[in-house]
Amino acid sequence: MHTATVSLVTIVAESVLLDHLVDLLREHGASGYTVHDARGQGSRGRRVGEIPGDNVRIESLVATDVAQHVLEALSVRYFANYAVVAWVTDVRVARGEKYV
Amino acid sequence: MASALVSNLLSPVVLAFVLGVVTRLMRSELQLPKDLYTSLSIYLLFALGLKGGVELSHASVASIAGPAAVTLLLGCITPVTSYLVLRRLGRFGAADSAAIAAHYGSVSAVTFIAAQAFVVSVGEEPEGFMPTLLTLLESPGIHIALAIGVLQAGGGQPLRETLHEILTGRTMILLVGGLIVGFLMGETGWHAVAPFFDGGFKGALMLFLLEMGIVAADRIGDLRHVGRFLLAFGILMPIAHGVLAAGLGTVAGLSVGGSTMLAAMAASASYIAAPPAARMNLPTANPTYYLTSALAITFPFNVTLGIPLYYEVSRAFHGVG
Repeated sequence: MHTATVSLVTIVAESVLLDHLVDLLREHGASGYTVHDARGQGSRGRRVGEIPGDNVRIESLVATDVAQHVLEALSVRYFANYAVVAWVTDVRVARGEKYV
Repeated sequence: MASALVSNLLSPVVLAFVLGVVTRLMRSELQLPKDLYTSLSIYLLFALGLKGGVELSHASVASIAGPAAVTLLLGCITPVTSYLVLRRLGRFGAADSAAIAAHYGSVSAVTFIAAQAFVVSVGEEPEGFMPTLLTLLESPGIHIALAIGVLQAGGGQPLRETLHEILTGRTMILLVGGLIVGFLMGETGWHAVAPFFDGGFKGALMLFLLEMGIVAADRIGDLRHVGRFLLAFGILMPIAHGVLAAGLGTVAGLSVGGSTMLAAMAASASYIAAPPAARMNLPTANPTYYLTSALAITFPFNVTLGIPLYYEVSRAFHGVG
């Protein structure tokens, strides 16, 4: 089957940010996303999960330039004051035209 | 005072809470599943709203007007007094002061329910429209405190979004929705669902308080980080607000039971609606301060010692005892 390379943006963040992060992805043109509950500990320690409600892990398949813009927007809006970890991986997907 | 205190300390609600605390201190892995905790809170809030709505259908507008007015007044006073005490006396920054004040300006529904259980257990008959007052006190305090904080320290999202989130949050939907449904269905409808919503209420409350004890005990370690001032604030500020509310409630015509419940409401600190609102609007405020003071200091104080104290104060204001 033919596959295409797109970027998988993964964001792990405190759950109060969920709606805002989804809006951010949408603003930048992401066509869809998947949300999981997440638990763990990071450099901010317990603060990550301090407010009731676990952390969330959001994944979205987007074009490479969109992934870059999403990371930049995240860094401007949230990195200073919130527990947010984000990374981008290149992945090969079927039906690549859905995501670009 | 002593008998009210002992009867409260030996009440099912407080014993369950203490068991939760002890459980966590023993490092037991016991914890209510998250979904059960959420389900119990939905059940308790909806039952509270329904019962309040049925009672509201018997109440006259004239009897509610005074108590509603003093409740809204309290919602405006308590965030400001909390902010000023934290900022001026506690030397906290604007964002931290406002975030903590948002919690103390709003209300804890579980403290309200515990106060209701207490006053009924000592033979008082609080006004049936008290849950309506609870809904009036939920939102103004959060907004006033966050608005002060955003003006003083700069903030995150627009307050309009926060208003929407609080008004559409679980607590408000279940309470206000329950009040409307209860009001419309009246006594007849209530009798049909009472075996479920009334019969299981106290048992559900015990389970919920067991989990609250675990959650509060989880934060005991953080008491070391919040400092002596916040420890004192978490006890003295509720007492000041409780006494003020007991007085205002008495003036507005509430019974001893009603004044005690209004005092418990004003003395309580929100830990469901306020934390996410504070986190989004005042991102530079430290969550350890507001979560620890609301959950590990004020909530345990109110359910064990505070409520009997507000009861005695209300009795004194009514010239009883």
